[in-house]
Amino acid sequence: MNPNMFFLLASVLFSIGLVGIVSRRNLFVVYLSIELMLSSINLILATLSKLSNDPSGSVMALIMIAVIAAEAALFLAIIIHLNRLRRSVDSDDFKDLAQRGVK
Amino acid sequence: MLSFIVIIPFLSAFILALIYLSKPSKQREMLYSFIGVGSIFVVSVLSLLSLYRVISSGESINTTLFNWISIDGFIIPLAFSADALSAIMIGFISSIGLLIHIYASGYMRGDAGFGKFFAYFNLFMGSMLLLVLANTPIIMFIGWELVGLSSYLLIGYYHTDGANIKAANKAFILNRVGDFGFIMGILLLFLAAGTNGFTFLDIKSNISMVDYNLLAIIGVLLFVGAMGKSAQIPLYVWLPDAMAGPTPVSALIHAATMVTAGVYMVARFSFIYELIPNIGEFIASIGVVSALFAAIIASYQSDIKKILAYSTMSQLGYMFIAVGLGFYDEGIFHVFTHAFFKALLFMGAGAVIIAMHHEQNIFKMGGLKKDLKLVYITMFIATLAISGIPPFAGFFSKDAILVSAFASGYTGIWILASLTAALTSYYMFRLLFVVFHSKENTTTLKPLSSSMTIPLVILALGATFAGFIQNSFSEFLNITNITTDLEHSHEIMLELLNVVLAIVGMAAAYKLYALDAKETKANTMLKKLVINKFYIDEIYEFFILKSILKLSKISTNILEPKGFDGFIRLNVWLYRSSGFIFSKLQNGLVRYYALYMLLGISAICLYLIIKLGV
Repeated sequence: MNPNMFFLLASVLFSIGLVGIVSRRNLFVVYLSIELMLSSINLILATLSKLSNDPSGSVMALIMIAVIAAEAALFLAIIIHLNRLRRSVDSDDFKDLAQRGVK
Repeated sequence: MLSFIVIIPFLSAFILALIYLSKPSKQREMLYSFIGVGSIFVVSVLSLLSLYRVISSGESINTTLFNWISIDGFIIPLAFSADALSAIMIGFISSIGLLIHIYASGYMRGDAGFGKFFAYFNLFMGSMLLLVLANTPIIMFIGWELVGLSSYLLIGYYHTDGANIKAANKAFILNRVGDFGFIMGILLLFLAAGTNGFTFLDIKSNISMVDYNLLAIIGVLLFVGAMGKSAQIPLYVWLPDAMAGPTPVSALIHAATMVTAGVYMVARFSFIYELIPNIGEFIASIGVVSALFAAIIASYQSDIKKILAYSTMSQLGYMFIAVGLGFYDEGIFHVFTHAFFKALLFMGAGAVIIAMHHEQNIFKMGGLKKDLKLVYITMFIATLAISGIPPFAGFFSKDAILVSAFASGYTGIWILASLTAALTSYYMFRLLFVVFHSKENTTTLKPLSSSMTIPLVILALGATFAGFIQNSFSEFLNITNITTDLEHSHEIMLELLNVVLAIVGMAAAYKLYALDAKETKANTMLKKLVINKFYIDEIYEFFILKSILKLSKISTNILEPKGFDGFIRLNVWLYRSSGFIFSKLQNGLVRYYALYMLLGISAICLYLIIKLGV
């Protein structure tokens, strides 16, 4: 089995996710991009596990899927709360923790 | 005993100040004069006792109070020592100081700051005694500075008049200029000869190892200090202005303390100056020029106290001729006799000023001979003494200086000094004739208290008879080791010449001023020049003050804001703008942060790829 295609796919997915985080302002899209990145990591874990005949990688991927599911619930709750706070899902509206007062 | 001589005046000054500060409004003149004069009385008794002990045993007295500075084997003790020189000095400083204190208790009567005055006065005495008794140059310097401080306080005593404050500041600042030389001299001396302790005796034993040129520099620097304190050219301009203080202050500064400190210091360092005779000649030349210069100015002044001030400067010039040429005994003897007649002159002048209701212009006085008989007689004695007419004290000391100068071959100095002697006699008799003879007195005089007149009589006795102890004085003091081989007949000739010169001066004054005195008018260029004191003050102001002022203006207006502040501002700007750039990065937007991460990870990856060749 040639793993290169899997690695390429993972890299492409990760890059798409990263570029999505950087370039998009809609919090949902940002969340989507994060999920994409996490999925690419899962793909790599599964591929490596298959390559080395070690099931622990696949187990790790499985656990991560569970964690990602929990995180999805949290993230969606946060987005809804932010939306109620500001009536917006634009990430640029939420910079209250940035340093102020500097020209 | 010696430590008490120093401590008592300081202590009484402190007590007086406390009493004065506790209830300044209440007049307590009796208490103040009791403490102020009483403490000096005790001091003078102690001083005379120590003088007696030094004379009778022939050895110096030493006392150590405690170690002031003690660093790793190097110790500067607060120690006092009375050898022949300092014993004589404290003897006449304290006794003439006592008379001036008694006089001051009469003179200052009714003044609101009576207690303050006596506190300052005692401080002055204590400082001078500390200066004289110190056995290391460092302790001497403390006294030296304290004398400067006290003179500043006393000259500016009438502090409601701005001119007096100006005079006080002038005295203080000019003295600082001299003190700078003095302290540099001490520092160099310390570096050159301060290996095991720094007392005068230690320096004396080490001095032979010091390089000649370095020693010459030290000698000049120390003399710069003396120039300031003893009002020699070019640092003399504070002295006439110092007349702003009350008259007893002038008497104390000019007769017993402060201005003689310079002469004393040169005599104290005689072991240095003996090794550098060239510097001695320099000192003597400064002395003779100052003497003549001051005498010329004094001949045209009309303020009674300023005449006396210039006369002090002139007499100090004589002392520096003596100590410069190495005749320390004669120099100190002149300090000694001068203390009597100068104190007497100032106190007489003060009496006249008080009697005339604070009038100081001699041409507004006149014919006081009848009304102020006692003052007239004592002033007459003092004038005879300062003019060098035998058998009064000044004759012996001045004559000794002139004879020594002649005998040691410094003809130029001798001629100028003799000329000065004639001038001295002229301007002093001018003062006497204008004040006491000339026209009739018309003002009603204020009566003088006995505390003012009794010291006059005692000082007059001193001014008359002090000269006779000359031989035993020199024998006891015995610093000079130069001998002059002058034939006795020549000596008599010289003495006669001096007397003739004095009488010529006196006769000239009599002819010009005894019968009818008019204020000298500045009708020729030369007279104008002299009356305005050769414009030295103006020259100083123009060349030194103006240029310093200009420099400070340049530094406040240009150098400070543009130079130093500019450099600081540039730094501030640099940091601020770099902070500005970084603050742009931290805009609080998550996606930017993610971008930075992306860039950072990319950079690291790129690095790994290139470096590891993956």
